[in-house]
Amino acid sequence: MEEELEGGVVKKFLYVNRRAPHGTIYAHEALEVVLIGAAFDQDVSLAFIDDGVFQLKKEQDTAEIYTKNFSKIYSALEMYDVEKLYVEKESLESRGLTEDDLSVDVKIINSKEMKKLITDSEVIFNF
Amino acid sequence: MLFGILVNEGPYQHQASDSAYLFAQAAIEEGHTIFRVFFYHDGVNNGTRLATPPQDDRHIPNRWSELAEKHNIDLVLCVAAAQRRGMVDPDEMKRNKKDADNIASKFRISGLGQLIEAGVQTDRLITFGD
Amino acid sequence: MLHTVNKSPFEKNSLETCLRLIEDNSTLLLIEDAVYGALKNTNIEEKILNAQTNIKLYVLGPDLKARGLDKNSLITNIEIIDYKGFVKLVAENEKIQNWL
Repeated sequence: MEEELEGGVVKKFLYVNRRAPHGTIYAHEALEVVLIGAAFDQDVSLAFIDDGVFQLKKEQDTAEIYTKNFSKIYSALEMYDVEKLYVEKESLESRGLTEDDLSVDVKIINSKEMKKLITDSEVIFNF
Repeated sequence: MLFGILVNEGPYQHQASDSAYLFAQAAIEEGHTIFRVFFYHDGVNNGTRLATPPQDDRHIPNRWSELAEKHNIDLVLCVAAAQRRGMVDPDEMKRNKKDADNIASKFRISGLGQLIEAGVQTDRLITFGD
Repeated sequence: MLHTVNKSPFEKNSLETCLRLIEDNSTLLLIEDAVYGALKNTNIEEKILNAQTNIKLYVLGPDLKARGLDKNSLITNIEIIDYKGFVKLVAENEKIQNWL
């Protein structure tokens, strides 16, 4: 499904994810925006900074807290043509995680590169 | 200039809705146009017409309704967030077989596409949240 | 680019992350509880002073006043603006990043 917008404008969208996944609903509802937004044919990137990196931790299992395990959706994003996932190296390392702890293929970039990603984006969502 | 505003927190609990309102008001005074205010997460609770704050306090939902009425602003509650939190307009009431609706004047319920559209169509999208 | 922060730096890391990821020559506006980040004699004052060599800092006056603070409470060279000033910053800067 492709949504048509006036004039076929394409903007660089960046979703900045800075929150841990289950303590609040922000990460889950942010993902819902990404999924809907994917239908609009815009240039989409996702940035995982600070506690946002915990969203990508593999083997999340919410069965015993009875909340939705939306962590599986990150690996399905590719099917929605959302392929640019960036993780800030400093955030990952300061939380004791490595790339092997993550559930999806991401590009790990340093703060300087993250700075550039933010600066080059046109519409930035923070939830 | 065309502005879009995203409000991610409910009324009274957090300053976000107050800040967003004061920003919208100042933007209009400065000659800008508010294309849409999109309410997401607990922000959808700003659209209730059942709030009764103390008389000496501001009435946040009414204040939004009045601003929208006066300046023709599109106030949109995200449908997915609204359904989870029990914010209901007459259409949603029928569709989900509820016994009442609770949406304030000038607010409407629609999809997240309205937020993406605000990002695409406006010159600036500004977020107020927690 | 305009950055905004709305969290007290003594509770959340939003301001710290903003300062790590903000490009030189950007503008930073502190609103809501982030106005506490502009206070002098705090344990983050040095970070703010360092940041000021590359970025321009503003605080939202109504939020400052509401918290019992004024110009005398702040680090020097931080400009106090009202909501109209806030709107002007948004209009002047093509892009916005709101750190929550």
